[in-house]
Amino acid sequence: MFEALLGPWPWYVAGPLLGLVVPLVLLLGGRPFGVSSSLRHMCAAAPSPGRWKPDFLRYDWRSAGIWNLTFVTGVVLGGFLALIFIGIPDAGQSISEATRGDLHALGVQDFSGLVPDDLFSWGALLSPASLILIVGGGFLVGFGARYAGGCTSGHAISGMANLQLPSLVAVLGFFAGGLLATFGLLPLILS
Amino acid sequence: MTTTTATQTAPRDHARPAVNRPLFLLAYLLIGAFLGVVFVQSEVISWFRIQEMFRFQSFHMYGIIGSAVLVGVISVQIIKRLNPRTLTGERVQLSPKEWGDSRIPGARYWIGGTLFGTGWALLGACPGPIYALLGSGITVMAVALVSALAGTWAYAALRPYLPH
Repeated sequence: MFEALLGPWPWYVAGPLLGLVVPLVLLLGGRPFGVSSSLRHMCAAAPSPGRWKPDFLRYDWRSAGIWNLTFVTGVVLGGFLALIFIGIPDAGQSISEATRGDLHALGVQDFSGLVPDDLFSWGALLSPASLILIVGGGFLVGFGARYAGGCTSGHAISGMANLQLPSLVAVLGFFAGGLLATFGLLPLILS
Repeated sequence: MTTTTATQTAPRDHARPAVNRPLFLLAYLLIGAFLGVVFVQSEVISWFRIQEMFRFQSFHMYGIIGSAVLVGVISVQIIKRLNPRTLTGERVQLSPKEWGDSRIPGARYWIGGTLFGTGWALLGACPGPIYALLGSGITVMAVALVSALAGTWAYAALRPYLPH
């Protein structure tokens, strides 16, 4: 229906639109924009025997987090609307030639859609490499985001927008970890 | 009569802050959906794009994060100057993050940040993109989401023993 909107949208369109979410969320309810707290709220909401629940997860998640959980439900919905009405852009084709070459050398075969199917699909999940990327990567994202007190949205966008030094330190950490994973771990995992 | 009503509704109001009223929740849902569409069509939720960023082979991701921060900085500065009431009638909460009390300065930010960055590059997605990818049909991201929840739970359990 909206095929003309099919990505990749240029950075100078997408970036400012993402930045606008910061004031929108602030002016609506006064809470800063952040996504990873939703993971904490879900853990807090999970039914579990009392003594197994760490103190960090004992709080009134309904009054603290329902807005945030609704917000991330919206993000899922947005992904679905993009799929149905616009279509999924072929990021594997729009990335630079150099990246495609590097990833091909690492053994990546599928360059269609947003993620390579040979690593990120239910069928691939049985392979050790895919398992490490999805389960290991997911675990580190959840652990690290809460340890650092925020993720890309809370630190790199909201936190930097508020000119917070701790957020800059966290973002430098994000990059240190990302470079370590890209150049140190990924070649080992995919070999 | 009025007094009775007030005392009866007070606890309920406390349990249900203004942001949790249906109309506000609908607004959050719509902002989230807007974010999800931008995430997909700008390709920032793509594992390929994250690899391209960490290999410094394109300006795309840097341009997006940079211009998003710029728009954020300008709007946050304006909001701080004007200190407006939000649509829920409250004041904006912009308390800066604290450095923590560890002997290692800012330990939680650089240790936690490095662990997060490692996961971000492997998975090719941070929490927002996990949600958007799920919606856009990459349903295997449900496994990543459950794993991220396990990571969050592990942090909660280990929190007393970690430097902050």
